[in-house]
Amino acid sequence: MSGIPFLPVVKVRLRYSKYGKVRFLSHRDLARIVERSVRLAGLPVAYSEGFSPRPRLHFGLALSTGYESDAEFFDVDLDPSKGDPGAVEALPGRLAPCLPPGVTVTAAVLLDPGTPSLQEAVTSCTWRFELGPTDDAAASELAAEVAGLLAAEQLVVTLERKGKQVDEDLRPLILGLSFERTVDGDGVLHAELGTKPRSVRPAELLAAFRSSPEPQRVVRTHQWTMRDGQRCEPIGLVAPSPHAEVRAS
Amino acid sequence: MSQGPTPNPGFAAGSESIWGRLEPLLSRVQKPARYIGCEAGAREPQWGPGKVSWLLVYPDTYEIGLPNQGLQILYEILNERPDAVAERAYAPWIDLEAELRAHGVPLFSVDTHRPAGAFDLLAFNLSAELTYTNLINCIDLAGVPVRAAERGPDDPYVVAGGHCTYNPEPLADFLDFVVLGDGEEVVSEITEVMVAHRGAPRETVLRALCRVEGVYVPSAYEVTYEGQRLVAVEPRWPEAPERVEKRTVADLAEWPYPKNQLVPLTEVVHDRLNVEVFRGCTRGCRFCQAGMITRPVRERPADQVRTMVAEGLRRTGYDEVALTSLSTADFSGIADVVKGIIDDPACGGNVSVSLPSLRVDAFGVDIAAELQKGRRTGLTFAPEAGTWRMRQVINKLIREEDLYEAVESAYSQGWRRVKLYFLTGLPTETDEDTLGIAELGRNCVELGRKHTKSPSVTVSVGGFVPKPFTPFQWFGQNTVVELQRKIHLLRDEVRKNRGVQMKWHDPRASLAEGLMSRGDRRLGRVVEEVWRRGGTFQEWSECFRLDLWEEAMATHGLDPDWYTYRHRTEDEVLPWDHLSAGLHKDFLWQDWQDSLAEVGLPDCRWTPCYDCGACTGYGIEHIVASATPPAGGSQGTGQDLGTGGLLPPVLAEAVPVSISAGPSGAGAGGAA
Repeated sequence: MSGIPFLPVVKVRLRYSKYGKVRFLSHRDLARIVERSVRLAGLPVAYSEGFSPRPRLHFGLALSTGYESDAEFFDVDLDPSKGDPGAVEALPGRLAPCLPPGVTVTAAVLLDPGTPSLQEAVTSCTWRFELGPTDDAAASELAAEVAGLLAAEQLVVTLERKGKQVDEDLRPLILGLSFERTVDGDGVLHAELGTKPRSVRPAELLAAFRSSPEPQRVVRTHQWTMRDGQRCEPIGLVAPSPHAEVRAS
Repeated sequence: MSQGPTPNPGFAAGSESIWGRLEPLLSRVQKPARYIGCEAGAREPQWGPGKVSWLLVYPDTYEIGLPNQGLQILYEILNERPDAVAERAYAPWIDLEAELRAHGVPLFSVDTHRPAGAFDLLAFNLSAELTYTNLINCIDLAGVPVRAAERGPDDPYVVAGGHCTYNPEPLADFLDFVVLGDGEEVVSEITEVMVAHRGAPRETVLRALCRVEGVYVPSAYEVTYEGQRLVAVEPRWPEAPERVEKRTVADLAEWPYPKNQLVPLTEVVHDRLNVEVFRGCTRGCRFCQAGMITRPVRERPADQVRTMVAEGLRRTGYDEVALTSLSTADFSGIADVVKGIIDDPACGGNVSVSLPSLRVDAFGVDIAAELQKGRRTGLTFAPEAGTWRMRQVINKLIREEDLYEAVESAYSQGWRRVKLYFLTGLPTETDEDTLGIAELGRNCVELGRKHTKSPSVTVSVGGFVPKPFTPFQWFGQNTVVELQRKIHLLRDEVRKNRGVQMKWHDPRASLAEGLMSRGDRRLGRVVEEVWRRGGTFQEWSECFRLDLWEEAMATHGLDPDWYTYRHRTEDEVLPWDHLSAGLHKDFLWQDWQDSLAEVGLPDCRWTPCYDCGACTGYGIEHIVASATPPAGGSQGTGQDLGTGGLLPPVLAEAVPVSISAGPSGAGAGGAA
């Protein structure tokens, strides 16, 4: 392989959901699980060169331990010289038996050469915060707080960075925020949070609420990229995520 | 953190999953992935009426406990039985324990998150003395009375197995019964007793269990003391044997377990495929309890090893396999087996093979070279003592030239770091022996300099704790002060040499370990007291509290010196004399005398039997595919060991440093 500057690799992007007990896996744990699953499924994964070759897998924005998601992604480079990669549509089915219950590959596409990495491309994420039973008083307080946060010109929070206290304005990174109450009386917050120049963590948004809501579940529902001035997902889904069926708990 | 004194009334047994109550707590603790289960290879336990339910508990964290092969073997065997179901639990870390206690949530299985109290048996794996307080904590977190005598008809039976159970006396008050030796067969026999006696009074069940070979029921024995002295441990029920013999699986080939090794979703120690290639060891290292109590040697057939490796790699997706045993380089035809795995296309190529213990000679390094084709970072050897004299005392018959050959061979083949394991506080050890460790380290660095600019040698030193059923069971261990002095002496000497680093274990932990290792039933109050005062996770240096142990000993009028530092006499009744690992006590005593006389004893795999009792007593024998001793080095047997530390001229030439011949007078440590 030496002397060839670019391996003729096939780049594939996969989308997966993470629900149930496995939500307590860390990003790092999940990366190891994915690495093992592609090996178990027999995919001809390309390896990096060098002293200790690693499978060429590329992960997107980390999902905090404890959160669930409909919209996680990873890219994998396949090396056709090592074996037939098969149809890209077949990948979700091939990986399914190699992943723990609750981690489900929901889509796979071939990437055009030069497609920017997930880390580069994603500009924002949409989150759902499930607050559980919320009475009228709490609901109106939350609705008022949401209105107040949206109306604010700036939202300065103090963060600790490298041991120093830093003031930062969150407001420009709150791209959308709403509150609703379901027919069952459960409160739900929806938020779109920017990732450039840095990702706002869902916990930072919650900390900006005076009522300090404690969600039972936090779900990343979308990651967004911009293409031709349009907001779109790295891979869209044909059908909604079947997460209700794959919950492990 | 609320501790033992307040029992948890909320822990009533129910068989439903507690996941819903646990889930909100997991968001608040470190590394919550260790509590979710979901491993590849985990069983879907099939509960059913009349089935005997086992909760297999490892009394330390998930990261330490999950890879335990013994627990995984029993998990599979029990779940294959139509009349049993088995799940697993691990000690929750301190943060989760506080949450569990604050919210009245009990200890749970990681398989289906059932409460521990819903199981018929809580079966603990005891691999280390310093986990004893965790065992009590787990019983309490299960909502079960910690003392066996206080348990009622609906409480689970608490049982323990594993190496520490060869002296279970410090835990006698907390355990309903104990299993000695290999568990593969006896778990089935216990299950059958539980089925046959379902609903019977506890004493009826325990009396029936006394009849199962290898099962020891502490409450079936009366202990008599005269002052400090233990006088007798005698059966008080007719069902209880005078001496409980260990269980031994005659042929490992019949037990190709684990068949579905668990693959955890989060990082654990030894995170790789493990295939046990043999059980037992007859090297006869006198400090080594594992080698003494697991005799005889039973090799797994090489073909079965290959199949287990290929199948295991295919099923788990691991790219690393460890061939485990107490001394894997001694496996008959090890070089062929290793080569076979590496070349086997069924193993998928790109597989790395590791041996957990490397023999200290060039042969061992050659095998390591075969294994590690790519990056070669560090190799570990265990010479255990710094002088030939000392190594004769402990019967670790490694000549200095073996070590130097091994180290030179390692550096010349591309390794850059060498780690050497040693014990200090050994019988008859003099300062010259201790300082010999520094000299070996220095010479190894010198050898490395011939091959690399900055060779690194790490010398790791542990304080020796005598263990039951070894020739050193009569030896009074070194005091904390003495161990500290030796470590400082060695540290100061090591500092003079660039390239040698030294690490050491906390000598204070050796004292606590020593109390448990050879303690009697009176220690139970101490373990309980330390636990009640919050002394869990004593294996973890950040949690270890010697003050708790010392205060608890004082509170209960027990003298730590008497238990740990005192040499025992030949006629003394030892707290484990009513138990048996198959070894004749007079064989052990003779070996102790030989040790003091600095006489080594060769490996009986390849030399005539000297009747230690392990084979003859049970009518079994070594199962070794090759009757030929392994090649190379003094650790093959039948070789002339008379040269000791003296180097043959050809090697002396190659080593540009002075080598001491070693022998010196016996130190003050001997019991004679």
